Amino acid sequence: MNIIVILFPLALGLGLAGLGAFFWCMRSGQYADLDGAAWRVLQDEDVGKPSRSEEG
Amino acid sequence: MAVQDLSVFVRHRDDGIASMELAVDGIRCAGCMQAIEGGLAREPAILGARVNLALKRVSVEWREALLRPEAVVEKLAALGFKAYPFVPERQEEGAASEERYLLRALGVAGFASMNIMLLSVAVWSGNSGDIDPATRDFFHWLSALIALPTAAYAGRPFFESALRALKVGAVNMDVPITIGVVLALVMSVAETWSHGRHAYFDGVVMLLFFLLIGRYLDQLMRRRTRDLAGNLAALKAETATRLAADGSATVMPIAAIAPGDLVLVRPGERVSVDGIVETGRSELDQSLVTGETAPVEIGQGERVHAGTLNLTGALTVRVAAAGQGTLLDEIDRLMDQAVGSRSRYVRLSDRAARLYAPVVHTLAASTFLGWLAFGLAWPEALMIAVTVLIITCPCALGLAIPAVQVVAASALFKRKIMLKEGDALERLAEADIAVFDKTGTLTLPEPEILNPEALPAERRAEIGALAAASGHPLAQALARALGVTRAAEDVHEERGQGLSVGNGNDERRLGSVAFCGAQAEAAMVAALHPGASLIAYRHGSFRAVLALGQALRPQARETIAALREAGLEVAILSGDRFEAVAPIAAELGVTELHAALMPGDKLALLERMAADGRKVLMVGDGLNDAPALAGAHVSLSPVSATHLAQAAADIVFLGESLAPVAAALTIARKARRLMLQNLWFAVLYNAVAVPIAIAGLATPLVAAVAMSGSSLVVTLNALRACAGEAAAEVRP
Repeated sequence: MNIIVILFPLALGLGLAGLGAFFWCMRSGQYADLDGAAWRVLQDEDVGKPSRSEEG
Repeated sequence: MAVQDLSVFVRHRDDGIASMELAVDGIRCAGCMQAIEGGLAREPAILGARVNLALKRVSVEWREALLRPEAVVEKLAALGFKAYPFVPERQEEGAASEERYLLRALGVAGFASMNIMLLSVAVWSGNSGDIDPATRDFFHWLSALIALPTAAYAGRPFFESALRALKVGAVNMDVPITIGVVLALVMSVAETWSHGRHAYFDGVVMLLFFLLIGRYLDQLMRRRTRDLAGNLAALKAETATRLAADGSATVMPIAAIAPGDLVLVRPGERVSVDGIVETGRSELDQSLVTGETAPVEIGQGERVHAGTLNLTGALTVRVAAAGQGTLLDEIDRLMDQAVGSRSRYVRLSDRAARLYAPVVHTLAASTFLGWLAFGLAWPEALMIAVTVLIITCPCALGLAIPAVQVVAASALFKRKIMLKEGDALERLAEADIAVFDKTGTLTLPEPEILNPEALPAERRAEIGALAAASGHPLAQALARALGVTRAAEDVHEERGQGLSVGNGNDERRLGSVAFCGAQAEAAMVAALHPGASLIAYRHGSFRAVLALGQALRPQARETIAALREAGLEVAILSGDRFEAVAPIAAELGVTELHAALMPGDKLALLERMAADGRKVLMVGDGLNDAPALAGAHVSLSPVSATHLAQAAADIVFLGESLAPVAAALTIARKARRLMLQNLWFAVLYNAVAVPIAIAGLATPLVAAVAMSGSSLVVTLNALRACAGEAAAEVRP
């Protein structure tokens, strides 16, 4: 029984954290362009920006 | 060229940063996205550019002092993208916040149903084993703690809709949902209070979760439609040349033109405003507005309509607020009349709901009374009745149609067909007669050379230059068709005859058949293209006769054939003269044609067809078609159509080809088939699940499995609307 007292708030807290993350995503407009986001993952110009642009 | 002015589209921020939204033509892939964002980022004055690939839009921010908005458009043009700025619509913000609210409610319901399920699984397995009743009560109370606030928050869309319906004395799908949710929650709390074995908190929250998915998809569909309509308006990029009081001319987007402004319309330009001619005389091609192809004389004090083509002289036009002209007034009146008749259509989902609500209520009530009569205590009988309400939940019903609509709409979008109304798919699938307008719909909006083989490629430029020198409507059309804007010099024009340049053997002539002495060639061409206007050319011994007329849209013939094959009759309704319509109809093999119709006649004809029980699919583009488009069972219009026609149509297709009409029909029929399948599946599911619930065997576990299973099946079935589409595209 005691373990439930610890585990249950833990599970609920994790769920709430997920819900909070979902709200945050919504507010920052991450669902505005689902097609674009799928491709943006593949862009790598944010890695070592200055050196890349010199090469290109 | 006059100066461009795009400042109306710019939004200003206090810190000197300006931003603008642009619809961009031709964004297809990640490469384009990267090219635009990277290219704009290289400009130091531009602070940021972000592409929205789903909507094909770019939003750009820049330092106001360093850059003019026109430079942003030029910058994009230099990168190879045509961009059209537009003002994001403000009045739609209410709908956007409604959508955000639905998504938040969906998130809350999802979170709650997962956490309650966590507890419920423990209770279910404990119930078949030896769970300590105190633990079970504890779990039930915890579930209640999550479920009650969740239902209060996430159930609001249903409660409010049910209340609205009840207030006006109607019953909709949300009434049984609300009764079910509230009763189930109350009974579950009572059950927990008396240390019972079963509570339905999980079922209630899951029910809300699935229903919200359907509701959200429906909203998403409407948002997408609205966004696309916004893009369409921007892509037309209509401008007008505004004359300031000091006589200077500025090219302005239509959005920046106000009634009372003075606008200059040059010969060869399309009039983009409604107004009264202040100065100048000209001939107007009104074919896009009235369907009539013969030019009309116009002078001072007369009214011009947006969409007409100015042929011969420059006009200055005083812009009038729309809706005062005689033609527009008439059209407006007809539109009001027409829109009423379409609203009589009852959507599939509403028809299902009408059957569903009374059946479910009677079932639940008779279950309750039946068990009472059988000798069960009332709380237990009520609990069983509530499980009937919950298990017959229209989860599958609520998802069945929105899911198919969203999938089919994206399949249409891939083919450059934009759906403006969600239920247009259902109506399109039912159509049994296709009615086409002629001018601008079956034919291309601009006149074309019908016999390009008569014109050697090396002579195109010189003929075009000669034609451009004349103000004659036919010569102007020829110059446009040849894509020449620079006029030849030293051209001598004989009124009513034609043009000539040079002397003796090197003389070149363009004009009437007699003027060029090309009677023999003309007879042959006239036999091949009856109804076309002929224009002849002579240079030494070389003679050519060109037939100028309205060319059919590409794939018009195939489309008509495909519609026939699909079992539709085809008819043509035109505002043009009979002689102009007959050749087109003969070429397409259409026998039912009506010519010289006024807008009211078209609508009356459609209404007569509707009264005969026909479901009319109307395809049209002109201002004169707008009432008919609004009055038809379902309507399509090409993107080149006038504003009013496009606003009245359910579906708008891009491109010159007519093929999207047949494609839209195929997809719509498939979508309707899937919707019906889904509805029948829901019926089947209920036929199995309801007896179980009535027998009192629907434990929370059974309810959970049945509900999620049926929703999953319906959603997977909806996805087939897209799968078949992909296969069809692979086949050549």
